[in-house]
Amino acid sequence: MSRRMLAAATAALAMLALAACTSTAPPPPGAGGQGGPIQVQASDTACQVSATEAPAGNISFAVQNTGTKITEFYVYGTGDRIVGEVENIGPGLSRQLIVEVPQGGQYTTACKPGMVGDGIRAPFTVTGNVPGAAEGDALLASAVAGYQRYTNSQIEAGIARTQEFVDAVKAGNVEQAKALFPVSRTYWERIEPVAESFGDIDPRVDGREDDERDPGVAWTGYHRLEKDLWVTGLQPDSAAIGDQLMADLRDLQTRAATVQLTPVQLANGAKELLDEVATGKITGEEDRYSHTDLWDFRANVDGSQAAVAALRPAIDQRDPALGPTLDQRFADVDAVLEQYRAGDGYVLYTQLTEQDKQRMTQAVDALGEPVSQVAGLVAA
Amino acid sequence: MTRSGLRGVSRRRLLGWTGAGAALAGAGAVAGFAAGESATEPAPDPSGGVVPFRGPHQAGIVTPAQDRLHFVALDLTTTDRRAVISLLQRWTTAAERMTAGAEAAPGGAVNRNPEAPPSDTGEALGLPAAALTITFGIGGSLLDKLGIPRPPELADLPPFQQDQLDPAFSGGDLCLQACANDPQVAVHAVRNLVRTGFGTTSVRWSQLGFGRTSSTSTTQQTHRNLFGFKDGTNNLKAEETDLLDQHVWVPPEQGPPWMAGGTYLVARRIRMHVETWDRTSLAEQESLTGRTKGVGAPIGQAQEFDLPNLGPGSPIGVDAHIRLASAENNGGAKILRRGYNFVDGSDGLGHLNAGLFFVAFMRDPHRQFVPMQSALARRDKMMEYIEHTGSAVFAVPPGLGDGAYWGRTVLEG
Repeated sequence: MSRRMLAAATAALAMLALAACTSTAPPPPGAGGQGGPIQVQASDTACQVSATEAPAGNISFAVQNTGTKITEFYVYGTGDRIVGEVENIGPGLSRQLIVEVPQGGQYTTACKPGMVGDGIRAPFTVTGNVPGAAEGDALLASAVAGYQRYTNSQIEAGIARTQEFVDAVKAGNVEQAKALFPVSRTYWERIEPVAESFGDIDPRVDGREDDERDPGVAWTGYHRLEKDLWVTGLQPDSAAIGDQLMADLRDLQTRAATVQLTPVQLANGAKELLDEVATGKITGEEDRYSHTDLWDFRANVDGSQAAVAALRPAIDQRDPALGPTLDQRFADVDAVLEQYRAGDGYVLYTQLTEQDKQRMTQAVDALGEPVSQVAGLVAA
Repeated sequence: MTRSGLRGVSRRRLLGWTGAGAALAGAGAVAGFAAGESATEPAPDPSGGVVPFRGPHQAGIVTPAQDRLHFVALDLTTTDRRAVISLLQRWTTAAERMTAGAEAAPGGAVNRNPEAPPSDTGEALGLPAAALTITFGIGGSLLDKLGIPRPPELADLPPFQQDQLDPAFSGGDLCLQACANDPQVAVHAVRNLVRTGFGTTSVRWSQLGFGRTSSTSTTQQTHRNLFGFKDGTNNLKAEETDLLDQHVWVPPEQGPPWMAGGTYLVARRIRMHVETWDRTSLAEQESLTGRTKGVGAPIGQAQEFDLPNLGPGSPIGVDAHIRLASAENNGGAKILRRGYNFVDGSDGLGHLNAGLFFVAFMRDPHRQFVPMQSALARRDKMMEYIEHTGSAVFAVPPGLGDGAYWGRTVLEG
């Protein structure tokens, strides 16, 4: 549960290059510039980064999970703009990350053991500037490239976690599958507007029982398995539904890798994710069998913030007052949601009172208005 | 508000109304920020024209009661005084624009960056100002939250016998009363102000009203409530300036300074069980009310505006509604009523969710409204047919001078 975004690459080429840069393979010699990659030791309670400063340009990190929980590593800019990230690092694993940081300034590194909360944070300074990095068009190109990289990394992590969920379904391990259901959906929910842009994938992956389908088209995806797990019990075709879900997510991965987003689409995606919260999550419609709507709520807000944060340098250039308002309103939503945290997850929707829902609606309304201003700003 | 701020964005393209509206319109005041648009497209506004937004008292109190109401009570979602001030400034600007028939903000519904959401929601495009007034009030709870002492007049109302108050329809840190002769104009005003408030305020409750049940000017006929009776015959009227000074406007010596020229608003949502009332004989209905149903004359008199005989030998029952509510029965206290009928759909049990949204203005709710309501709640036989389901009191500060915004004197001291 974290917020996302990145805005490192300045062009699609750079993005493609970076997309291949998180792997379990040992870092190639010299990839991190002088002195090799910056070493990150991520335990359950600490996040030790071997350097706190680097020159602008490509910065390389080698992240080792020395703890017992799955962890994530982030580099943030202003407004929690994700400059670089690695998701889903299992215990004992190492991953490498190359972050392109063209603009000097104050950044933040964070490890998130258990993928929960704001993470274990520390300041990180980038010195100097890559020439031309702060010009308007470069900022927007950087935003788009960063968000596309975010999307791709979310899909990759989502596939891994959903495979665990599907494996549990196929093994008939209902309790484990139930525990993995809301977690595996998180990645999907963070990037839902991108997924929805492929009109055929969304109904297959996230359709609901009462959605209208063409004759002969079966109900598939997360919610079909949700009903099997919580209501009807596993069915003879549950395993096949699980395999279909994985195939559909891989289809998404292939197609998302080539999609060309615009800054306005990013901004509208951020708004649409909050609309999803207002009309689907606070109402308890999304996860009507499991009542795990607050996981999806969290993920939608994460995704919205990721898109806004990607655009943040461009926003700051055009309307310096909007960024701080967005920061405050996102923080207000975070504070409300944190009140409903239970362990690494959230209370069930059925445990919420009318007053709880009112409080959530207020916070999301308050956030939705300034987020709705971003598209016009970046289009100008 | 600058002249250029409105140029080209007026909902009606101009404010050059003629005819009956002009008397209300205070043409000079509005022309000050709409000149330049009005020459091109003169359009008479049969729906009441423009009511001046600024003046010694807020509009929407002694303004001849418009046909429609949208009332909203809001709560602060912050205690940051600067955020509240910023909102009240933006509200004032938008309200002044809308009462002049313009869109809520420059750019409006269609003339802005197409990738941005419109700055006006658009449902009033092409509609006249329709005598829109927006009256602003402050609840005691707002003062508590911001650490400002409550005037004693703003103390919470005591409970009354048979109250069935729903917290979801009671109280509020702020209120906005939008009245207009077109329901869509009133709803548009509230909707845009609510939208402006997101992040600083949230809606606590809201009430639509129709068929004004009170006349507030001698030029208006008395309308009827949903019991079918003329309501508010004996109301204070705009023309009775001495009585308004005596009963409605807070004099400077009453205090606090920010309320001089202001007034207090009492709102009561009164559910009326019209189904059982409709099974009641005409004689009983008239006896409970104290007036005839036809012309609305006091029992024993011939005409609506004949004075009721409340003295010895009166034909009006001791528990009749007009007796209990009369100034004579309440130490001379009078109030300015400005209520509306409502039907909020049905109640799920096969009955209309209907009633009277009572709104009244007065100098001191505890001296004027409380004794009256206390007597009615205990003795009025009409209580068998009605139920008070919502209640709120707001301080309504005086009107605004040029450049001032709602609440400035309260928040900036």
